[in-house]
Amino acid sequence: MAELAAVVGIGQTNYEAKRLDLSQPGLLREAAEKALADASCSWADIDAVIIGKAPDLFEGVMMPELFLNDAVGGAYKPMLRVHTAGSVGGSTGIVAASMVQSGIHDRVLCVAYEKQSESNATWALSISMPFSLATVAGAGGYFAPLVRGYIRRSGAPEDTGIRVAVKDRQNALKNPLAHLHLEDISFEMVANSPMLWDPIRYLETCPSSDGACAMVMEKESLASARSGKVAWIHATEMRSEPTMFSGRDQVMPQATLDNAASLYKKAGISNPRKELDCAEIYVPFSWFEPMWMEGMLISEPNEGWKMTYEGATALDGDFPVNMSGGVLSSNPIGASGLIRFAEAALQVRGLAEAHQVDGAKKALGHAYGGGSQYFSTWIVGSEKP
Amino acid sequence: MRDVAVVGFTQSPSMRREPDRNEVEILIPVIQALREQTGLSSKDFDFICSGSSDYLAGSSFAFVSGLDAVGAWPPVCESHVEMDGAWALYEAWVKIQMGYADTALVYGFGKPSMGDLPLTMALQLDPYSVMPLWPDAISIAGLQARHCLENGVLSVEDMAAAAVRDRGHAKDNPYAQIAGDFTVEGILAEEYLVNPLRKSDCAPISDGASAIVLAAGDRARELRDRPAWIRGIEHICEPMDLGVRDLGRSRSTEIAAEKAGASSGGFDIAELSAPFTHQEILVEKALGLSGTTTVNPSGGALAGNPMMAVGLSRIGECATRIWDGQAGRAVAHATSGPCLQQNLVCVLEGN
Repeated sequence: MAELAAVVGIGQTNYEAKRLDLSQPGLLREAAEKALADASCSWADIDAVIIGKAPDLFEGVMMPELFLNDAVGGAYKPMLRVHTAGSVGGSTGIVAASMVQSGIHDRVLCVAYEKQSESNATWALSISMPFSLATVAGAGGYFAPLVRGYIRRSGAPEDTGIRVAVKDRQNALKNPLAHLHLEDISFEMVANSPMLWDPIRYLETCPSSDGACAMVMEKESLASARSGKVAWIHATEMRSEPTMFSGRDQVMPQATLDNAASLYKKAGISNPRKELDCAEIYVPFSWFEPMWMEGMLISEPNEGWKMTYEGATALDGDFPVNMSGGVLSSNPIGASGLIRFAEAALQVRGLAEAHQVDGAKKALGHAYGGGSQYFSTWIVGSEKP
Repeated sequence: MRDVAVVGFTQSPSMRREPDRNEVEILIPVIQALREQTGLSSKDFDFICSGSSDYLAGSSFAFVSGLDAVGAWPPVCESHVEMDGAWALYEAWVKIQMGYADTALVYGFGKPSMGDLPLTMALQLDPYSVMPLWPDAISIAGLQARHCLENGVLSVEDMAAAAVRDRGHAKDNPYAQIAGDFTVEGILAEEYLVNPLRKSDCAPISDGASAIVLAAGDRARELRDRPAWIRGIEHICEPMDLGVRDLGRSRSTEIAAEKAGASSGGFDIAELSAPFTHQEILVEKALGLSGTTTVNPSGGALAGNPMMAVGLSRIGECATRIWDGQAGRAVAHATSGPCLQQNLVCVLEGN
């Protein structure tokens, strides 16, 4: 059966609109070097490298991992490239964990990145294929109707999304790596920002960022011998379903519900709201906080918005969500899922500094992608499971 | 380690240009045939993993529609690599090793005919310093072939002989794209495509898909009388830059072969996915294959080269010959990147 694995090193670049000081290899290397330093490892200590990113069309390089491998110490080692739509960062973390949990490798490095300043994501997402219906909507246009559907069925107050956007940007002020540092963020500022895709306002959307996130994972015997704090991987899970078919619930897809139930079962959790100390989830548009509180079975159906409204998801609430500032504050797309996983690990290691949740022992990391159809998640803990 | 075997394999015919079907439509009958071959349905697969390239489809998230071929409902545990399906098989094998799954579906698919493949492959190269020169894939391979010829690693006759052998074997393979009685003299009389490569030194450009079912232990024995057990599987990636590696040998194949347990030899068959004749010879040397091994009984990549599936198909071609007792021990190879940058070696046995 599966070996126990732990996160022993985390490295992130700072997230910015344009990291013009770095090439793509430089971006990955900056994150990887920080992760190695955190893990007190050298390149030679790494057995395999897992690289993740969103579509190749973003930077215009076909299978860029082939030219990037060298920059992250992957020469003459096994290297895998993961790509599972927006959930790819999370999937990259899960694949890396598998390499250790299977007993195949002792210590692996995973790196996920996007350099959106070298790309045009909306173009890359809007290519019209022959004989296919072109939505040409971009991500916001795709998800806005799903948010509308959620508001209708839950009866959530229309300003729920605004409250999420303010809360996440306030958290980002405590995270020096975050892309957006909006010092004067306020309810009015978000409410008065232009409506892009009703009901999603400009300040309820994620930015486009350059950035990379890296993690070092290790097998139990090595991680146990460390004096510093590690994040034990209690459970990982992923689920996918097709984009479209008759009867599909796109607002609350079966894949997220199945994924959550299986994840908690594996982690031995029966009441996630009580047993988890915090969660870092994939919220590219503000409304997805309440939606995924329900999708992750943390809230009762149609009541996720109450957690936002009651302040439960604030940094000082009883269930803090997106302590780092979340995807709403930093979004190098291919890395965004791994950043969520990394933040969960930072929290249980007690290394999240100004955005640390006091005494966090168990945390959820979450990513989703495609048309709300790909889900990847993990639970990490300060103690072994 | 758990015992894991290949228990199902299906493929589409390799075609220069699928006239009517898109990638998913090529894949659907392959998956359907695999269901019929194994008697399994989507709910029987604990894990699903695929390999494909957005740059062949010409759009982002092209693999997402692959789920329509699987019928991913209820929702499935599924992942994807932007690599040949052979690496998807590796990820699935890892999931079985860790106990996450007992049975896994793996598939790879590609339709390179929609673009200019040699030029598309130029987009794999360093985007700052190399790609802007638009060196196409055949020219890059030609540099390596020239290096090998001038350093006495191999001869043009060796290269032509590899094509003659593979395409002769492919006469028995209904899925092959190029098969027939070629001769070394005939090939050497061909004009250069990119000196020193002639057309017959190059794998064809193929549209196609293939799929495999992996199963562990007793599950594998239920599904096959003689499963093709994976005794070792390893992959290694070199730096991309052509100037920092020895193009006259495939170091990554050598390392992967040693780690996969291929060094002891004794193979009845070998299936190689090298897309150029000189690369096939380099891989043969790296694997240390002897005269007793039949190389590419299916014809290999030189007879049919469905991008993103060709490596996976090599593992499948080995497995089918183990199932029916033609082979006891086999080695399959997959490659990716310019000049054999990344290589995977898989050792399979019937016992």
